[in-house]
Amino acid sequence: MSPKPFLLAAEGLTRSFDGFKAINDLNFYLDEGELRTVIGPNGAGKTTFLDLITGRTQPDMGTLLWDDAKHDLLKLNEYEIYRLGIGRKFQTPTVYNDHTVTENLILSLAGSRGIWHSLFGKVTSTQRDRIAEILKTIKLTDHAKRKAGVLAHGQKQWLEIGMLLAQEARLLLVDEPAAGMTDEETYRTGELLLSLAGKHTIVVIEHDMTFVRQISQGRKVTVLHQGHVLCEGPVDDVQADERVIEVYLGRKSKAA
Amino acid sequence: MNKQPLTSRVQFPLLIFSAVFLVVIMPVLNAYGCISDFTLGNWGKYLCYGILAISIDLLWGYTGLLCLGQALFFTLGGYMMGMHLMRMIGGTGVPTFLSMVGRQEWPSFFMPFTSFPFAMLMVILVPGLLALVFGYLAFRSRIKGVYFSILTQALTYGAALLFFRNELLMGGNNGFTDFRMLLGYSLRDVSTKRGLYVVTAMLLVAVVAGCKWLTNSRFGLIQRAIRDSENRVLFSGYATANFKLFIFVISAIIASLAGALFVPQVGIINPSEMETGKSLEAVVWVALGGRGTIVGPIAGAISVNALKSWASSGSTADFWPLMLGGSFVLVVLFMPKGIMGIPGQIGDLIAKFSRKTASSDAPPPASADTSQEAEILSSTASPASDS
Repeated sequence: MSPKPFLLAAEGLTRSFDGFKAINDLNFYLDEGELRTVIGPNGAGKTTFLDLITGRTQPDMGTLLWDDAKHDLLKLNEYEIYRLGIGRKFQTPTVYNDHTVTENLILSLAGSRGIWHSLFGKVTSTQRDRIAEILKTIKLTDHAKRKAGVLAHGQKQWLEIGMLLAQEARLLLVDEPAAGMTDEETYRTGELLLSLAGKHTIVVIEHDMTFVRQISQGRKVTVLHQGHVLCEGPVDDVQADERVIEVYLGRKSKAA
Repeated sequence: MNKQPLTSRVQFPLLIFSAVFLVVIMPVLNAYGCISDFTLGNWGKYLCYGILAISIDLLWGYTGLLCLGQALFFTLGGYMMGMHLMRMIGGTGVPTFLSMVGRQEWPSFFMPFTSFPFAMLMVILVPGLLALVFGYLAFRSRIKGVYFSILTQALTYGAALLFFRNELLMGGNNGFTDFRMLLGYSLRDVSTKRGLYVVTAMLLVAVVAGCKWLTNSRFGLIQRAIRDSENRVLFSGYATANFKLFIFVISAIIASLAGALFVPQVGIINPSEMETGKSLEAVVWVALGGRGTIVGPIAGAISVNALKSWASSGSTADFWPLMLGGSFVLVVLFMPKGIMGIPGQIGDLIAKFSRKTASSDAPPPASADTSQEAEILSSTASPASDS
């Protein structure tokens, strides 16, 4: 059996801040088309892991390879990594508050990122259609001309997901998309992510277990703990795993 | 809310009218003696300052880069023009600034400045290249915010110290003065002065038009996105350093062109124009006028300088710095959008006032408690009913 090429492969990643190992010998493999959920208690290194993938921070050790090891992500900076098709939604919604919803999407559209193009390039009709389509997907059509800053928290989260769609990213890194949302918004966000699964490879970081259950649907869930992969598997197995229970509910065995 | 479309509808004709007024009507009035040569000369200076102010706003208001060294680029443009004007003085021997340091001949680097086109090329190239190198180093190292401001200030300070030295052969602290001819016209002629004014006004109009276009393009969107959330732009695949470098160089060239036109109009250029205080003053114009707009900085530059030339002569002279500082504080406290924000603020006041009168027309409530409650309710309910 020849090994299936990985879209993203992290091996032996370690990153410490002032002696604290936020990421500790992390091994993580992702196939193309997967929808992977990453869970873990606070401080497990989830966001730091995304920082490493997107070039925001550099690891002390380890390798991070993209697309069947064609690219070494550690040698690239933020915008070069983006241009490989890796898009990121931040934990707190990060949109351009002073720009309209449409302008936010225009800035995120796939295409040239050069100065010349920014000066003389026009938004084509195909791109307009694409924006309209995305607006519909993220249910912001009625808000297209409003400034992003006045949107509700949940809408901003959706807009940021829309920005990833505009980018036509191969890999969507979605950091706590349900944070600060109502139950209904959370559910709809889950539906949205599920509808994108298959078209994009998606990594979702989440705390909310109802949400994790909704989107994982038997897919692989990765549990991070102290910067290390604790276990992987379908959500039911993971939740039944003794190590996971121990991590989430306290260290009974050690206290005893 | 309803005011917004009105102001934007009025804006364009108003801009065209201002342009025609500055470029055509003012000089014509001057030719017929309705505006004194002195006033027109002053306006020529104000407009140069207006262009300088726009160049600051392109960086500060639109890109979030507070550059405290724009006066350096302005002065460099002035010096390049000054070198040409010195070569045009003619006569035998060398100017005093050279004989003073024992030079009996022009240094070789002055020679090409005899050519006006060469001097103009240098007006663009010298500040442009300086901005390119400095900006490349600063933005590549991701120097941001206040650190960028301090560095640009240090650059200006260093350059001023350099130009104060006689050994640089750029006239030391006296700089260049005593200019006579430009392109074959005597600088003392009223018509030459008027011509210089017209060229300045035309440059201003061109810069305004260019900046309007630039800031309305996708580049402008990216510029403001960098100002508001540079990290997001970086994670949207844009090499933000290149965008910042581009606008930094453009704005240095704009400032330099203004300086080049300033010098023949005031008849002198010396290193005191580079001092850090000058850059700070120009930043105050932008803040007063309204940053993040194209017209605001011009309004700020003109009004502050008009006020300055009125206040700094006679008995009020000692109070000028106080007045400038005081108005800066007032604007920061009460007019966050500067002069350009006034129409909006008046609109808000009118809306507030009419809301109050509307609520007092309503039947009087039963008790004091409920009236207070009604006011709170009306003030919270109204914005929603407006939209």
